[in-house]
Amino acid sequence: MTASPPAPPADAAIDAVGLTKRFGDRTALDGVGFAAAAGDVLAVIGPNGAGKTTLLSLLAGIREPDAGEIHLPRGEVGFVPQQAALYRRLTVAENLRLFARLEEVADVEATVERMLEQTGLGDRRDDQAGTLSGGNQQRINIAIGLLSDPAVLLLDEPSTGLDPRQRGRLWEFVLGLAGRGTTVIFSTHNIAEAERYAGRVLVIADGQGLFDGPIAEFHAAAPAAGTEAADFESAFVRFLAERGH
Amino acid sequence: MRWLLLKDLQIMRRSPLLTALLIVYPIVIAVLIGFALSRGPDKPRVAFLNEVPADTPLNVGGEEFDLAGARSELCERIECVPVSSEEEARQKVESGDVLGALILPADLVDKLQTLAGLNPESPTVKVLVNEEDPIKAGLVDDRISALLATANLRISQEVSDVSTTYLQILLNGGDFSFLGDEGLKVLGLRESESILRDVRGELPADSPDLERLDSVIRFSHLAAENLSVAGELLSSVSQPILVDKEVVSGDTPSLDTFAIAVAATITLMFVTVLLVAGSLALEREENAFARLTRGLVSKTALLGEKILLGVVVALAVTLLMLAGLGLFVELDWGRFGLWIPAILAGGAGFAAFGAAIGGAAREVRAASLLAFMVSLPVAFLSLIPSGTVAPGLYDVISVVTAAFPFDPALRALTGALDAGGPSIGIAIVHLAILVVAYGALARVAVRRFV
Ligand SMILES: Nc1ncnc2c1ncn2[C@@H]1O[C@H](COP(=O)(O)OP(=O)(O)OP(=O)(O)O)[C@@H](O)[C@H]1O
Ligand SMILES: [Mg+2]
Repeated sequence: MTASPPAPPADAAIDAVGLTKRFGDRTALDGVGFAAAAGDVLAVIGPNGAGKTTLLSLLAGIREPDAGEIHLPRGEVGFVPQQAALYRRLTVAENLRLFARLEEVADVEATVERMLEQTGLGDRRDDQAGTLSGGNQQRINIAIGLLSDPAVLLLDEPSTGLDPRQRGRLWEFVLGLAGRGTTVIFSTHNIAEAERYAGRVLVIADGQGLFDGPIAEFHAAAPAAGTEAADFESAFVRFLAERGH
Repeated sequence: MRWLLLKDLQIMRRSPLLTALLIVYPIVIAVLIGFALSRGPDKPRVAFLNEVPADTPLNVGGEEFDLAGARSELCERIECVPVSSEEEARQKVESGDVLGALILPADLVDKLQTLAGLNPESPTVKVLVNEEDPIKAGLVDDRISALLATANLRISQEVSDVSTTYLQILLNGGDFSFLGDEGLKVLGLRESESILRDVRGELPADSPDLERLDSVIRFSHLAAENLSVAGELLSSVSQPILVDKEVVSGDTPSLDTFAIAVAATITLMFVTVLLVAGSLALEREENAFARLTRGLVSKTALLGEKILLGVVVALAVTLLMLAGLGLFVELDWGRFGLWIPAILAGGAGFAAFGAAIGGAAREVRAASLLAFMVSLPVAFLSLIPSGTVAPGLYDVISVVTAAFPFDPALRALTGALDAGGPSIGIAIVHLAILVVAYGALARVAVRRFV
């Protein structure tokens, strides 16, 4: 069964209807829709190849949908791609400065300093980004996406590759933004993370939206097979298995 | 081992553009080289107009000169394109259909006849050339000088043979037929000297005529001695036929300037094309393209930035190079004001071309390789002068080279460096059209970037 999506809130910050994207004859996304209000934190979960990145890239305006519509009533959209998008030959500080300038932030140098502090990479500021470890590159990747202070923030598997401490910092920062009204939409394979930080989950598999609603409702939709309350992760796996994914 | 081999073949199949280039490239290069070797300078096309009345006998010093034979020999060495009038010849030269035209005027034979006579006039052939570019101008000059040198050698041979006969008669005596007269008995200098010596022996020792006779003997001795070497001198007369050369079109810049323009254009080409193609492909390799083009900059603006980068670097590098060359060769710095627009236009042309390549190749290495592989043969083709290859083929070459920035950039730079060069305005318009066309191609190509 597919849970019917809740009616879009009147103050929806983002409203997507019937999004479809095809690559050749493969349908990566098949009529997915959802809405989110200001301050919502929405987790997009689903197996590999489900269409999470495709969905986020449509929302970010990187790709055009083959069908469907996206309404973004206000503000711009920040995007943290799954693969680090930065210049490996530029230093950490130069990368931050470049994107801060392109984003036309008010005080470039202060923003750079804030981001260096935020990522804990102040001591690597003059190192070329390409010489950093994968996780540290991901930190800069995230920092660049956060520069513009957008109304809607899209993060594609942001915590992948981060150590627990950095993950903690990341979520602290992101929840702080949400608390100030930013709509946060992130994809993850870390089910515990979705449960812990997201108010809502959007489950997609094989390009189809299977569930959209609060975490508690998801538990109800995927009842534990056993007697004891199953953890969210096994509930998720069972939920997909029941639907043939 | 074989699995690795299979893997590599599979990878090649997945990169059709590069693989096609790898196959096509050697073929193109081989054809070009083969072409340069076989069709190159050994049989230039020359329009040939013979205005000499068909049955004029050419008689040099009593010997029949084989005009038809000389003609067919000439046409074996060059590709004679027969024309019926000077007008037609001029037209063919102007259009680049032939390398030049050789015109034998009607009075050529008459004047040739006089060479063996006592009142020689210089026979003159007319040569029309199209020196639109200096390589060709050099080629035309070489060809024509070589041809005339051979013709002149043969004629001077005939003339000196005849003159030598006269000399022999003058020296040693003999029969001399003049204007169909009866044989005229000529005594000869040597015979005169011995007769004089005989006479001297018969004179009394105190004769007052003795001294006067001695002076005549000394003279005829001296004359005989000196005239006997005149034969050799005569055979060294080498240029009986004069050339009246007329440049039909193209005021040629000096070969030096042209060489500098070629060097500068090649530098401009490689620096700009490689830089722009590579840096555009890098945007995609770094995943930055998507991040930049969603909201921060438009794709068109990003392409514009790459082209601007190319133009700025092109200007700096080319000026630096010209300044460096200026230390060794003389450059007309007074034309500096024209260098700038020429370099800017050329740089923009190459940059847009590089953007299209970077967009098509999408990876830095593939882009660099593609840039090299396309640029080199185009540059090579652009340097082939008209008239050195079959006209149909030359038309094809012209169309191909006009589609790439090298040819117009070279014309712009040559025109900027030398007042004798081609029109810089036309070249800049040509480059502007290419910038728009390649810019549009690049814009289409980057749609596939994300
Ligand atoms: N550029 C592309 N060309 C062709 N197919 C693509 C392209 N990008 C994505 N796809 C296909 O679209 C489908 C969804 O891919 P997508 O990247 O959105 O999955 P995902 O949910 O993000 O997976 P993951 O969890 O592994 O990141 C997949 O089947 C993928 O093969
Ligand atoms: Mg993904």
